[in-house]
Amino acid sequence: MRNKTIVIAIVLLASAAGLFAAPVSINALFMKQAGYQEEDIIGGTRDFQAAFPNINVNLTFVPYEQLEEKIITSAQAGSYDVVLSDGPFTAKFAQAGIVKSVPPLSAADAKDIFEGALSSTMYKGKSYGMPWLNDCKYLFYNKKILQAAGFPNPPKTWEELAAQAKVIRDKKLVKFPIVWSWAQAECLTCDFTVLSAAFGGAMFDKDGNPTLTASGNKKALDYMVASLKDGLTNPSSLELTEGDVDSTFIKGDAAFALNWTFQFAEGQDASKSSVVGQVGIALIPGSGSVRSATVNGGQPLSISTGSRHAAEAWQYILYMSSKDFQKKYPKNALPIWKSLYDDPVVIATAPEVVKIAKDQYSYLVNRPVVPFYSEFSTDLQVRIQECLQGKKASDQALREVQAKALELAARK
Amino acid sequence: MIDIRRQRLSEQRFAFLILLPAAVVIFGVVLFPLGTTFVYSLQNMELISEEKGKFLGLLNYARVLGAPWFWQALARTLYFSVVSLAVETVLGLLIALLLNTRFAGVGLLRVLVIVPWATPGIVTASVWRWIYNPEYGVLNAVLTRLHILGEYRAWLSDPFLAMNMVIVADVWKMTPFAVIFFLAGLQFISASLYEAATVDGAGVFGRFWHITLPALAPTIAIVAVMRTVEKFKAFDIFYVMTRGGPANGTKVLVYEAYLKAFSNLQYSIASTLSYLIALLVLGLTVAYVKALRRGEMA
Repeated sequence: MRNKTIVIAIVLLASAAGLFAAPVSINALFMKQAGYQEEDIIGGTRDFQAAFPNINVNLTFVPYEQLEEKIITSAQAGSYDVVLSDGPFTAKFAQAGIVKSVPPLSAADAKDIFEGALSSTMYKGKSYGMPWLNDCKYLFYNKKILQAAGFPNPPKTWEELAAQAKVIRDKKLVKFPIVWSWAQAECLTCDFTVLSAAFGGAMFDKDGNPTLTASGNKKALDYMVASLKDGLTNPSSLELTEGDVDSTFIKGDAAFALNWTFQFAEGQDASKSSVVGQVGIALIPGSGSVRSATVNGGQPLSISTGSRHAAEAWQYILYMSSKDFQKKYPKNALPIWKSLYDDPVVIATAPEVVKIAKDQYSYLVNRPVVPFYSEFSTDLQVRIQECLQGKKASDQALREVQAKALELAARK
Repeated sequence: MIDIRRQRLSEQRFAFLILLPAAVVIFGVVLFPLGTTFVYSLQNMELISEEKGKFLGLLNYARVLGAPWFWQALARTLYFSVVSLAVETVLGLLIALLLNTRFAGVGLLRVLVIVPWATPGIVTASVWRWIYNPEYGVLNAVLTRLHILGEYRAWLSDPFLAMNMVIVADVWKMTPFAVIFFLAGLQFISASLYEAATVDGAGVFGRFWHITLPALAPTIAIVAVMRTVEKFKAFDIFYVMTRGGPANGTKVLVYEAYLKAFSNLQYSIASTLSYLIALLVLGLTVAYVKALRRGEMA
């Protein structure tokens, strides 16, 4: 008798649960770092769930350094449906089947997104994600130091920057005028990408053939070596990453620094910064016929291969990268949409940055889009560091990277 | 009689049943990955390769053993292991001898000395990274104020210096491990031996050389075995402090394997490397244990 009651109760409960359509749960992986902050993502997700009550989104946040590893190790199991990827991962993830290809955007949408951001999601003609976080490096300068040195405007070319730095060094306004993120890490490749493009170089041609020995690359590397040798660049740069560059700059220990957008807000934060009100942001200099060049630090949202809810995942991605979301949370990251840069709400968050950003995004350069990028990038970092430490001449270092790139490209 | 036997059987079955989940877990997370890794090391498991899954036999081993980067990483790993182990052993012995004497507050010191060892590796590495920071690190501040250093310097910018600075951090963390073992060993040495030696006219060094050191030899060997294995597996300290840089100066074997697998997606090369590391550690352990046995017989 008692057993029967239990069975009936179970059957009743099960059928009651069936009456309500079970909501689909998707898992999304984000990072806890620069750009959109946790509260922005949580807020946007809450808005999404209000609009799509049948899709439940679980969020996970990890540091940037863990992102790649997490995406790779969870791809087959599909532990995450939506993953925050990175431009340089695209080719590798596509080739290795870590992320799914996604439907193409409408022509109007594609036209309104910065070209560099969109192309970082493409591999062999297919799209593997949607641009989401928009970022690039800018030239930051200390207005007070530049004024004291007699320069009313920031430099427009790298040669001019070196000349200004020499005056600043000679007047002892700061011990080392320039600080870089040249640690053996991805940040070094980013800085080299900027300089190489500014001096008219490219690391690969359009077909993915390595062109490391091109003269622009050598000019860029020689520039780095010379600025270190002349005492214009802080020698600590060889062990600094972007966070350290920021700390040095906002302490007032540098006149120039390349960094991502976040450094501007850091510089205005009186609780950390001793240069409040002195932070200038400008277009990264060019050289010769190149007006400017910056590195694309944008990160797309992608769908993991193992995802069993790809349609819902794509819906969520479209929502998070929509104009609505990006307009609502412009404080920590600027939109991927060109048209939003004329929007008063967006402009009001940081007028100085938005003005430069709109211009700077037209000079976005992607890091090489090749499936063996990680190995290539590591090798490039090591050769550049050997060169900066005076152990190798610039042309020899670049010849070695070229040989390595050819070897990687030939490997099946 | 029959009842008792039946009870025993069911007890055995019960024991088997409750051990089964643990056995499944251990086979699942230890033996299965070990087997899979070995299979990977015989295949092309480069995720971006067009020939993924192709059986290669021992080709991966030949590739790794023929690559200069392997020998360079091995040399760095050996340097890191030998130097840090030597410093830790000597320092550990000295501190243990000090803490083995009786003075006010020795109990507190014995507790305090464990603190670095009890600190998680990632935390230790982060703390030392800050200490070495070229711009606002404590080391620069202290050394310049003591006028030992004329100006701030970048401690992790030179490949060889960076390796030695990592060793300092590792020594700080792991010396307490040696201290604890040595202290335990010292307490087993009978005081009457020292008294007899003193009566016979042995000085401080004589007593150390003829009584303390031989009595501690097995403990030293055990510490050496355990630490060598750990040092070959060192990863967290490099991951946080230097990421293998500058100019690959601190790229040790395990970090190399990590990069190959999780950055380059070269699972076969990473698996091969892992097996080679395991073989190396196994070889070293066997050698140590043999040496230890020989020592005991003599």
